[in-house]
Amino acid sequence: MNRRAAALLALLATALLALPAVAGSYVLSVATLILFFAYTGQAWNVMMGFAGQLSLGHSLYVGVGAYAAAGLYFHYGIGPWAGLWLALVLCVLLGAAIGFLAFRFGISGVYFALLTIAFAEFTRIGFDHIDWLGGPGGLFIKVAQREHLDLANLRGPPAMFYYVMLALAASAFALCAWLLRSRAGYYWQAIREDEPAAQALGINTFRWKMLAIMISSAMTSVAGVFFAFYYNNLFPEQIFNIGRSIEIILGPVIGGVGTLFGPILGAAVLTMLADGITEALAALGIEIPGVKQVFYGIVLLGVVMFLPHGIWPTLARRLGLETKR
Amino acid sequence: MGRLEVQNVSKSFRGLRAVAGATFEVDEGAIVGLIGPNGAGKTTIFNMVAGVYAPDEGEIRFGGGRIDGLRPDRVCAAGIGRTFQIVRPFPGLSVLDNVTIGALARSTGVAEARRYAGEILERLGLGAKRDVPGSALTLPDRKRLEVARALATRPRLLLLDEVMAGLRPTECDQLVATFDELNRREGLTILLIEHVMRAVMALAHDIVVLHHGEIIARGAPEQVVRDEAVLECYLGEETDI
Amino acid sequence: MDPVNVANLAVAGVLTGLVYGLMALGLSVIFGVVRIVNFAHGEMMTIAMYATIVLFAALGLDPFLAIVPVAGAFFVFGYALQTALINPFITRPEHSQFMLLVAVATIMVNALLMIFGPSARNAQLDYLLESVELGPLLLDRGKLYAAVVACATSGLLFALFKFTRVGTAIRACADNYLGARVVGLNVKRYYAFTFGVGAACVAVAGCMMCFLVDVTPVLGPAYTLLAFVIVIVGGLGSMSGALLGGVLIGVSEALAGLFIAPSAKSMFSFALLILVLLLRPQGLLGRKP
Repeated sequence: MNRRAAALLALLATALLALPAVAGSYVLSVATLILFFAYTGQAWNVMMGFAGQLSLGHSLYVGVGAYAAAGLYFHYGIGPWAGLWLALVLCVLLGAAIGFLAFRFGISGVYFALLTIAFAEFTRIGFDHIDWLGGPGGLFIKVAQREHLDLANLRGPPAMFYYVMLALAASAFALCAWLLRSRAGYYWQAIREDEPAAQALGINTFRWKMLAIMISSAMTSVAGVFFAFYYNNLFPEQIFNIGRSIEIILGPVIGGVGTLFGPILGAAVLTMLADGITEALAALGIEIPGVKQVFYGIVLLGVVMFLPHGIWPTLARRLGLETKR
Repeated sequence: MGRLEVQNVSKSFRGLRAVAGATFEVDEGAIVGLIGPNGAGKTTIFNMVAGVYAPDEGEIRFGGGRIDGLRPDRVCAAGIGRTFQIVRPFPGLSVLDNVTIGALARSTGVAEARRYAGEILERLGLGAKRDVPGSALTLPDRKRLEVARALATRPRLLLLDEVMAGLRPTECDQLVATFDELNRREGLTILLIEHVMRAVMALAHDIVVLHHGEIIARGAPEQVVRDEAVLECYLGEETDI
Repeated sequence: MDPVNVANLAVAGVLTGLVYGLMALGLSVIFGVVRIVNFAHGEMMTIAMYATIVLFAALGLDPFLAIVPVAGAFFVFGYALQTALINPFITRPEHSQFMLLVAVATIMVNALLMIFGPSARNAQLDYLLESVELGPLLLDRGKLYAAVVACATSGLLFALFKFTRVGTAIRACADNYLGARVVGLNVKRYYAFTFGVGAACVAVAGCMMCFLVDVTPVLGPAYTLLAFVIVIVGGLGSMSGALLGGVLIGVSEALAGLFIAPSAKSMFSFALLILVLLLRPQGLLGRKP
């Protein structure tokens, strides 16, 4: 990273840390949402951007993670930090199962994407029938209070949630930066670029693809736990929805798949513009459902057609930030 | 030690026999050329040695142990590196990254792998292009990158698949000199498929000739190029008019 | 659970399955030739459904007659879509193509949501209210007529590909892109034609579905997935496979609805998709990939 980039990064970090002090609750909630999508986008990026495996069913891990933690809290009063472990274990196993089935049977590309969609949809309908977790009517967890800080139960003011999400997003960024420069990063990229050539160089592609999907699913499950305690209500139709999976990938695709800053930039651009549009329309008295998503679709279309590598690579070049990646 | 033994190996694809009962050895430290007309089965033999497919019959041994049926990455771990007939650089990665990936096969860490990769690049004359993305290289450079990447895995046996195709005579000579040096100085065993006779004659100690999946001749270069069966398969039978 | 009841359900499943099959046929044709995963397939069907409903509500046009204009419009639309948007994308990596059509699908679904709102609609045809008796079985007239139309359209499609010059040219393009170009076929134009044909199939299926189910804008993704399940189960690239798959899914959904819970019937389809992808990716009648 060159000096200019480092300086900008420091500036960004400072701004992010200071935000709750200057921003109102609305801006804070938008910022929290951006960080949420930056985080899930980063997690998805590990599988797609690094290892080249297209997953369109990532809502599965958000949902399972959320329900795991929420279920434990709702029925046994077990706090989110313990519920987190169940979420992690379940999602790693799920990811491993899907990965094992797909990679052992040589499923890749479009077929793999369809497989991930099928698993997410199957789970969505399945959870509609699990009454112990609320069924289609939803699972609601109690919000004890929103004033003072109770980190153990993830209860507190909006600023708390903001900082938790900021910590998660920052850790994800650091983890991915580290992974990218490690053996894993090199091997994943080799697999992404040309799997048979990678094998000829001694890479056990099955093992490394499994690692990618397991890391990705584990990371995403944490987002699910956060989701449960932030929104406090879960519906299978919403959380496992394929629209959720698409939302997760919008950030990285628009920002730049396979890059470190792509998911963050994409999440920021998308959320802020979407919010801007909704606000503008509301000011004009137009409150039509679906406008935001049409906008998402148009932006996605534009980026896919004209900026196939996402916004970040071009932006970084223009600003003189990137030396390599 | 690093001796390759191909014993009575056969392979068919949906009824079409690509290789039939091929038997030959490559002694450690030798350079053997595998030649024959197009479609003779040369790359199929390579692919069987490299683990891309398993032979229908026969055995392949390297360094005494059986390698037929092993996955390609296990074959690489056993000490065999290969290049592809149609070169496959990692297009989105830099030249240095390409070779580093190869070097990671036997390096303890990324830093060491990068350092070793840099050395190999210098050796093959690609040092100046280390940051160029794979997709931006010219064909001769891609060939050299392919070789560098395979060499980075520190193989005892290197399989070269038509590496000279498309190179100008001077470029060809440069590569030949590099291989010759690697062979003499480090004892690298080489099995090469080649159509460019200039390279074969300059490098090979021994030549194996393949035709319609069968070995029809074996011996020193000067002998083989005069062998009647070989001439026939390349030029056709003599007809009395 | 008397056998006549089960039989009725099964037959209803076959009839609906034939309409599903037609929809999937469109997808199979597109994927088999252009090799693009049309993630907007279900959304296109939903648009056709709405188009038919609008024509019915505004002009009183019978859906069976609306087939001609709607299918025609969709042919043009599909042709244009392929030419303008997709043809430049043929050489791009798979996930880019996928994303392109996901974007198109998202725009379609939500545009429908904006225009028509989330509440359900359908087209009520009085002459379809009476059931048809076939021996001990009681058939829904709507489903029967729809199935007949589906079969007729599929037959036309088979004939197109087997007996016409255009059809043969298209099959050549599907078989060997480079070879087709070498012999002088304008592959991109044939791709566009194929997409148009596929879109027209979907349109006919949509016209038929609008009096069989309630139409909401969010039906799109579900039908896209259904089309994929059918095409993969039946076999990619096989037209008869698409129809067979459709019937299979139609029947299994109907029976699963009876034996398990009606809301769980899609679960069965997805489980089937997973199994087929893993165990027999070429499907029942497809060629080995």
